[in-house]
Amino acid sequence: MFLFLGTTQLKSNEKNNEIKNKILKNIRCLICQGQSVYDSESDFASSIKLIVEKKIDEESSEEQIYEFLKEKYGNWIIYDPELNKNTYILWLLPLLLFLLGGAIMVKKLRFTK
Amino acid sequence: MLANQIGYYSLILGLLFSFLLCGVSIKDFNNINKRVNQNVFTLLFLQLIFVVVSFLSLILTFVNSDFSNETVFNNSHTTKPLFYKIAGTWGNHEGSLLLWLLVLTLFIFLFLVNSREQPKKYRILTLLFQQLIIIGFFLFVLTTSNPFNYLYPTPTEGLGLNPILQDPALAIHPPLLYLGYVGSSIIFSASLAAVTQNYISKEWGQHIKKWILISWIFLTIGIMLGSIWAYYELGWGGFWFWDPVENVSLMPWLTLTALLHCILVLERRTALTSWVVILSITTFTLSMCGTFLVRSGILNSVHTFANDPARGIFILIFLFILIFLSLGIFFLFHKENKKDLNNFFWLSKETSIMVNNWFMMYFLSVVLIGTVYPIFLDVISSEKISVGPPFYHKLIVPFLVPFLLFMALGPKLQWIKSKIEKKKSLIIFFIISVVLTFFILKNITTDFLYYTILISAAFFLFFTTLKELFLKKFINVSQVIAHFGFSLFILAILFNSILSSEIITNIKVGEKYNFNKSEIFLKKIEEKKESNFNSIIGHFRITDEKGKVVELKPEIRIYNQPEIITSEADIKTTLLEDKFLVMNIVKGDEYFNIRYQIKPFMLWIWVSVLLLSLGGLISLFKKKYEK
Amino acid sequence: MKNKYKAIIFFLFFIFCFVVLYKGLDNPNTYTPNIKVEKNIPLFTAKDFNSNNYINSDKIFEENKYYIVNIWASWCVPCIKEHPLLMELSTNQSIKIIGLNYRDNLNNAKKFIDKFGNPYNQILIDSDGVLAVEFGAYGVPETLIIDKNKKIIKKFVGPINEEIVQEIKSIIK
Repeated sequence: MFLFLGTTQLKSNEKNNEIKNKILKNIRCLICQGQSVYDSESDFASSIKLIVEKKIDEESSEEQIYEFLKEKYGNWIIYDPELNKNTYILWLLPLLLFLLGGAIMVKKLRFTK
Repeated sequence: MLANQIGYYSLILGLLFSFLLCGVSIKDFNNINKRVNQNVFTLLFLQLIFVVVSFLSLILTFVNSDFSNETVFNNSHTTKPLFYKIAGTWGNHEGSLLLWLLVLTLFIFLFLVNSREQPKKYRILTLLFQQLIIIGFFLFVLTTSNPFNYLYPTPTEGLGLNPILQDPALAIHPPLLYLGYVGSSIIFSASLAAVTQNYISKEWGQHIKKWILISWIFLTIGIMLGSIWAYYELGWGGFWFWDPVENVSLMPWLTLTALLHCILVLERRTALTSWVVILSITTFTLSMCGTFLVRSGILNSVHTFANDPARGIFILIFLFILIFLSLGIFFLFHKENKKDLNNFFWLSKETSIMVNNWFMMYFLSVVLIGTVYPIFLDVISSEKISVGPPFYHKLIVPFLVPFLLFMALGPKLQWIKSKIEKKKSLIIFFIISVVLTFFILKNITTDFLYYTILISAAFFLFFTTLKELFLKKFINVSQVIAHFGFSLFILAILFNSILSSEIITNIKVGEKYNFNKSEIFLKKIEEKKESNFNSIIGHFRITDEKGKVVELKPEIRIYNQPEIITSEADIKTTLLEDKFLVMNIVKGDEYFNIRYQIKPFMLWIWVSVLLLSLGGLISLFKKKYEK
Repeated sequence: MKNKYKAIIFFLFFIFCFVVLYKGLDNPNTYTPNIKVEKNIPLFTAKDFNSNNYINSDKIFEENKYYIVNIWASWCVPCIKEHPLLMELSTNQSIKIIGLNYRDNLNNAKKFIDKFGNPYNQILIDSDGVLAVEFGAYGVPETLIIDKNKKIIKKFVGPINEEIVQEIKSIIK
């Protein structure tokens, strides 16, 4: 019985670790040049890692952690530009162009022999 | 010093010769003699010589550590090894612009010499358009980025070159990259010239193809070297970060690849002419745009050169003059020939090339929009956001699946009209790909569906191209090798991504760290003194679960000028995987922080890109075009 | 006919791009946070440097005065440069200066204070840098101005200089 609990604890630790790494890779190290917090060993990165670990243990969701950091440092700290009123064009424009291109192409093609 | 003066006045002479060349060639334009005036050749050659002399003078001032030259002062140091003193010449903003000029003048000279059978007016116009670009760069260098500024009193020591730039891969990376980037200037000038002469035709297509190939091959290898450098030097084990400067080199590559495929149509018949002209203009424009983004200080990135808005304004204006000029010429002169057989039958090789264009333009839009959107948002609404790897992955990866399938099927179609031949073997390959992928991935990943779809598609391309190679059908060998290389590239990246593992821990001398039946042992720390840095080397012994032992020696380097601490990873590369170890100091402690990564198939990522270039190289040397 | 419209659209589009990029050159490319929205000070509990007791943020900021939060460390070289200016500001009765000792060895920090003087009404220990993050700071040295409504109204990244001291004095009036 203890073994069972032990392995489920191990699995949830693993999952937490996975989530933690995923989050840390998505956070920009603000004092480094182009490194994520995951990749950096700087002071700032170390502090952020501690905070993220603590919040994961407190059962915060990914969203909540990102919101916390964005509130302190602005949107710039998160690498993934989430879909909001500022980024609709960012995400949708390439897709629109793809569809437009497809439409133009289909119009020009010949389907009869 | 004398070299300084010679270098400076050579540049001035080069600029003067530009004006001379314009005058002489305009006069020759109306001359009925079918041959280009010999004077033009002479002047062009002399212009090239002046730029070469200027470039060599700059190298000389670096080698001699002549700190009366401001550029040398800012970027060099007496203790720097000779190789890096030389490479330091083009590792800075001013010197790299001399490299731009060198490639610009070299390529137009080579073009003129290699195009004797082409129509005279076309050649002269190409020369004129290229000189326009050359004049722009001469002015840019002489007014905002002079590599020969004089410092008085002469400092006794320089400020040094950033140590992470002191690396052999990084020394060759700019020259090769520029041969690609700047080489596309010829394609730009030549296509503008051809448009005004209504010369966008099958004959022109055959002629311009080799220039496109040359530019493309250098650009491919140049980008690869940059990635290899990032992997070995930057210490995080990554090789592509969707950093603005990387994106900026990728964009011309995308348009150039699309252009290359369009030229395959144009060299056979006069079709896709608008595409060819627009792509030619866009490729060079993107190269210039890249220069702007990286040197003006408008973007923040790992690679940015020193910020200077004055330079930014110059390039911005220059860039937009070129855009307006080229678009103006396109709209004024380009005629869609009624004979343009642009209505392709839906099942034909021409259509598959159109489909390629479609996907390439989509990928281009993702990279372009991702890179410049933050600038636009900041100006318009003062919001600062980051657009990082997650954006590019989400928008590009799903589209790779149909893209890979088209890459496999497209070459099998015939020109003009086609049936899909040998459907049976294609279906068999498809089934094999999916089943194989299923069995491989079953036990090794949790993102099962995502990776299965991607890897099946890549395997499909892999097997279809491999079959062609085995059957020894050498008609289309360059295309087969290139597409095979691409399938290998995608497979290597995907498996690397799934199978890579990493251990991060703190360790001190004599300690052993155990994980997964493997062990990392820090045997000893060695301290060494080199000419411009002190190094702390960690001797590690790593034993894997099979008992195999590997010795890795990552380094921490403390440079003297400028004072920077860097971590040098030690990497053991085998065919199967790379073992990557990097070490960092933990402040105020006897512990060292280490990251140990096992990265399967890294070597294959580089090999596959080389295969891609090989495909291009073979195409360059083929006499007959492929059927 | 169609071509003309296409041309006009393209030209307009590129003029728009030119204007945006031109304006973009003026913006600094390194991220300096503009405090457009004044943020509330975070709620936290920290250890006091001298008494070694834990203390709550509302107790630290309880007085109706302007507060300066200065993030410093003994290993931080620019902190030495700005220290005399902090000493000067500490003589001003209408502000209280709270020091945040960032990722430091306590003995070294004590030596720093003994050597260069103590401008702080209170010093808090931030041994892992987490408190600095709560304030939205990156590192050392950094100085924040907090007004009487307990909102962070100004942030200075890097050592303060004469100019900044003047600015602080004018804000406090």
